[in-house]
Amino acid sequence: MAFIKRYLIPRIIQYFLVIFLGITAVFFIPRFTPSDPVERTITQLRSQGSYLDPASMDDFIADLTELYGLEGSMLQQYGAFWQRLFRGDFGVSFFQFPTPVIELIGTSLPWTLGLLLTTTFFSWTLGNIIGGVAGYFSRKGWSRALDTVAMIVRPLPYYIFAFALLLLLAYVVRWFPVSGGTSIGRKVVLNWPFIKDVLWHSFLPALSLTSLGGAVNFQTMKLIVQNVNAEDFVQYAKFGGVTEGRIVSRYVIRNAMLPQITNLALSLGQIFSGALITEIVFSYPGVGTLLYNAIVTGDYNLIMGITALSIVAITTAILVIDLLYPLFDPRVRYM
Amino acid sequence: MRTLRDLFRDYRFALSFCVLCMLLALAFLTTFSPYDPTLWGVVPRDLKPSWTYFLGTSSKGQDVFWQATFAVRNSLIVSVIAGTVSRVFAVLVGMIAGYKGGGTDRVLMFISDTLLVMPLFLIIVLLAMLVRDKMNLVTLGLLLAFFGWAWDARVIRSQILSLREREFTQTAVLSGTGTLRLVLNEYMPFATPLVFSTLINNMSWEIGMEITLAILGLVNMDIPTLGTMLQWAISYQAVLLGYWWWLSTPVILSVLLFVALYWLSVSISEYLDPRTRIQRVGAE
Repeated sequence: MAFIKRYLIPRIIQYFLVIFLGITAVFFIPRFTPSDPVERTITQLRSQGSYLDPASMDDFIADLTELYGLEGSMLQQYGAFWQRLFRGDFGVSFFQFPTPVIELIGTSLPWTLGLLLTTTFFSWTLGNIIGGVAGYFSRKGWSRALDTVAMIVRPLPYYIFAFALLLLLAYVVRWFPVSGGTSIGRKVVLNWPFIKDVLWHSFLPALSLTSLGGAVNFQTMKLIVQNVNAEDFVQYAKFGGVTEGRIVSRYVIRNAMLPQITNLALSLGQIFSGALITEIVFSYPGVGTLLYNAIVTGDYNLIMGITALSIVAITTAILVIDLLYPLFDPRVRYM
Repeated sequence: MRTLRDLFRDYRFALSFCVLCMLLALAFLTTFSPYDPTLWGVVPRDLKPSWTYFLGTSSKGQDVFWQATFAVRNSLIVSVIAGTVSRVFAVLVGMIAGYKGGGTDRVLMFISDTLLVMPLFLIIVLLAMLVRDKMNLVTLGLLLAFFGWAWDARVIRSQILSLREREFTQTAVLSGTGTLRLVLNEYMPFATPLVFSTLINNMSWEIGMEITLAILGLVNMDIPTLGTMLQWAISYQAVLLGYWWWLSTPVILSVLLFVALYWLSVSISEYLDPRTRIQRVGAE
């Protein structure tokens, strides 16, 4: 019971508070700036050469105001905004006119989730295993060489790294397709050639995400393992004649793993924005590309929808990992 | 002086220091630039590197070399503005939270935790979209500064928490030192190296963010920065047309800049942390 009262309830309150604050920010940021989206849309239409007579113009303005959720006072708008959110209604997109935002996000989300979840966990596992072993044998030549590679890859921002990879592997040596999620014109059917095509196209984006994320995990893990190595129980196991392989896998890495679980939670938030950038570089058909188009066309509803959804998704992921933590570390009991 | 000599014994420090000096020199070269960086068509278009234009020219009719000097300078200006302003936030929040403790601490840390778990990138994009018309180096710097302090405030806070428990704090408080004086005179010397090393990491984050925003077209595209330079090259199809000199200049310069900043911060923080310093000396 003490666990629920002292840990679970404050943590869940914090979770809801963060979501509340984030979504409130998403609501207020566009409203506190001088530019009026309704006016912007109309100027945009005018510059494209369409003409409306004054009466239908008034109707049009009223329609737009309603679509943007700009009716009534600020407080009323805010209330209506939450009401619509609970129904999963983010309004309609202006970029692809009457399609609801939620539908657009729905079609691109599987692409992003597929790419993101695989690469995040893959790079986490790979980085930790290699980092763990390299940390244990930190004096060996290959361990130092790997460290230097990680030192060069790690500081690069996603965009620069992904772009450099694309230039090298798709333009200079032409091993991989330049863009897209599938070959042009391929129908979505669940059979082997389609899956092969999807995997083929997602290889470069996945490679860029995995190597960058892997480098971070590798470095942190290596550092932690080097510290665990200095502890008495490792020396004791060595003197007791336990084989090195067993020490690394059963004692050292397991202990060093714990801080990395928290890092996984924290990196989820950052990798999400990184994945969006990667999608833009590789024109991968996920939420990132959708967001890019929304920015270019000034589609506020779509941007607000994507931001609100990602706030919920990321905070939930972090909450779940926090709550699962005692499963990994038997010493933590939140008492 | 001894500190500097010790630092230079680390090849990573020496290397990154040289690269950064080179990039700084490039930035200072802008004062001798023969061209105005905002003007188009001042030189013939699409020329390969030659003796007259030794990094070639772009499809906008600009000299790539001189454009690059401005790009480096402006990217550095943005990151210095953002880095310094966010350090002020981070130091204030970290010190107040660490020293006061209790409710103040909880509120401040809740705010910074909230910033940490949010998809800040999207919120920055949302904000940048709305101030797009008024975007210049200073507003961009301030925008990034506003979101760049949370993690470092936490780092500084934990340092202050440990300083608060030390004996000299008790001595100072008992002998009547005011809070402000205590923090400024007694704590700052301990916190300064930490602030400096967070500054370097933060600057690197800001330059990366600037590049990303430029790719999305959310900064003023007339001001040359590493991001806008790359974005112009991409939007003029430099990739397909094979204008490698135009495309690779901002990419290589940013890789150099990011790696140098990172190596500098790693070598400095290793130097500051005596535990790893001993490990290194032991390994040599």
